[in-house]
Amino acid sequence: MDATPALLIQDLLKSYPTPSGGRAEVLRLPRFQLEAGQQLALRGESGLGKTTLMHIIAGILEPDSGLVAVGGTQVTGLSEARRDRLRAERIGYVFQTFNLLQGLSALENVMLGLAFGKGAEPGTAMAALERVGLADRAHHLPRQLSTGQQQRVAVARALANRPCLILADEPTGNLDAARGRKIVELLRESAASLGSALLVASHDPEVLAAFDQVIDLAELNQVAPREEEV
Amino acid sequence: MLFLLIRRGLRQHLVSTAVAVLLVALGMGLVVSVWVVRAEAEQSFTRSASGFDAVLGARGSKLQLVLNGLFHQEASPGNITAEDYLQVKALPMVDRAIPIVVGDNFRGVRLVGVSDDFFQNLEYAPDHVYTVEPGGRPFQVEQKEAVVGSLAAHQLGWSIGTTFHPFHGLDYNPDAQHSEIFTVVGLLAPTNTPADRVIWVPLEGVQKLGGHDPAAFTDLSAVLIRFKPGAKAAGLMLDTRYNRQGKRLTLAWPVASILGDLFAKFSWFEQALQALAYMVAVVAGASVFSSVYSSMSARKRDLAILRALGAHRGFLIAAVLGESAGIGLLGCALGFGLYAVIAATVQEILRTRIGVLFEPWAWNPVMVWGPLLMLGLSVGAGVLPAWRAYRLSVAEGLSPLS
Repeated sequence: MDATPALLIQDLLKSYPTPSGGRAEVLRLPRFQLEAGQQLALRGESGLGKTTLMHIIAGILEPDSGLVAVGGTQVTGLSEARRDRLRAERIGYVFQTFNLLQGLSALENVMLGLAFGKGAEPGTAMAALERVGLADRAHHLPRQLSTGQQQRVAVARALANRPCLILADEPTGNLDAARGRKIVELLRESAASLGSALLVASHDPEVLAAFDQVIDLAELNQVAPREEEV
Repeated sequence: MLFLLIRRGLRQHLVSTAVAVLLVALGMGLVVSVWVVRAEAEQSFTRSASGFDAVLGARGSKLQLVLNGLFHQEASPGNITAEDYLQVKALPMVDRAIPIVVGDNFRGVRLVGVSDDFFQNLEYAPDHVYTVEPGGRPFQVEQKEAVVGSLAAHQLGWSIGTTFHPFHGLDYNPDAQHSEIFTVVGLLAPTNTPADRVIWVPLEGVQKLGGHDPAAFTDLSAVLIRFKPGAKAAGLMLDTRYNRQGKRLTLAWPVASILGDLFAKFSWFEQALQALAYMVAVVAGASVFSSVYSSMSARKRDLAILRALGAHRGFLIAAVLGESAGIGLLGCALGFGLYAVIAATVQEILRTRIGVLFEPWAWNPVMVWGPLLMLGLSVGAGVLPAWRAYRLSVAEGLSPLS
């Protein structure tokens, strides 16, 4: 196994401005590490900062301070353009709401996952769709697919560029229990076959039960919960 | 991928895209039409002066002489004598002098009496002479014979051997038919000049028709004059002789300048059309802005997804500007189609009513700056939406956060 961790977080601090002019801390993580190929579930209720953490790891949001490194490359401190590039090449992101582009077919949506990294190659995109069992739906628009199929397209898009780290934020949030289980299975199998590390954030007990390793964000995060959030 | 996104973006908001494209097309079609029709119409009229440099006629308006003598429009301001014709014909700087007589018609198609010189190597354009189509021949002097212009023949359905009774006057009056019978002996080969719209008959054929004043049997309506090549001062000399020193005749010269004065009379209308075209262009730009802006607002999440997948901010700018440019390009293409329709209509009207050949695809700078203007307006209209896309917060676009 590669000695370089797929994800390393040190002394991470993220706060947001408050209406009163101050700042409210949402994340304070002293250290968090995910080894290459490791699969981990991050438990956390809504409002605890799961998505914020995922966005920081993906380089979408910048922390106030601290270090985030993906596959040995430090995300924090990179220019926005380089963070974009890193996200395109090394990170696969699966969202709760699938986030497929409605005007594009399943195949074109998967090609988008390649477009900003290795380049949109239909063959690679089709292979990714085959991996999630949707090759026969390649030319369907998202609205012509079931919610489970849409999320599988989103998974295929996230995996298409063979990322070293897959982030999944409440990937079953919009699915029923049966479909949710299948998606989690698909994510785990695909990540394992690609050798990618997998970090799934969820509050769904069924999702969490599918993982050997589960970490509670509330325990990891050293920010004291504010009264209004409880 | 960028082109795919632009194409899909345009298709996704088909109605607003279609409206914007139509408005750009309208703006483009109007701008090109107004400028080309104006410039080319004047050129066409000047080209259609049928190879003559000047028209000599009775004292009156130069424009009326040109319209009557060369374009077969309007009435003659009066008659001149055969002596006037012979005098001008004898001048050394005059290459050709062709007398004409007007005053009769056949169902609205004008009869023009002309000397038989008309068919003797008379150029209506460089290296193009008036000729009769094979199978026909020029009319014979003193005979009731006619050579029919190509458009007139088509309009009347005439061929060689057709006979007809002319009507008195320039306007068709069914009660004013002459008793004389003319026979068509030739069809004039098409010239794309007003000569195609008239029935050519011998001078004497018109002069001596029943009902015409016997005292004026030798009078002429005008003399069409071409100067000898190189006789540059000829126009000035005759202008002085007839217009400044004489009081009985008018020399309409130079023809191009007189036609320019005609178009200048309509410059207010042209300016109004130009203002209208600019206004439509601005409205088209606003429509592109509205289409792209609303489309972008509706696709805020899509843009955020693109960013989350690694698209650089510049890519979003390119995607939004690409959409507005796409609308502009489609509009320009359609605008040229619209212009083609407008130009074909103008071409047909000028050809059939005046006999002037309008060349809609002759080079005109508006063919370049017109599309560039519309494309610039379209792309310009996309700048603010593109700026919004550039400033888009990915996290907010992907909200809600958990």
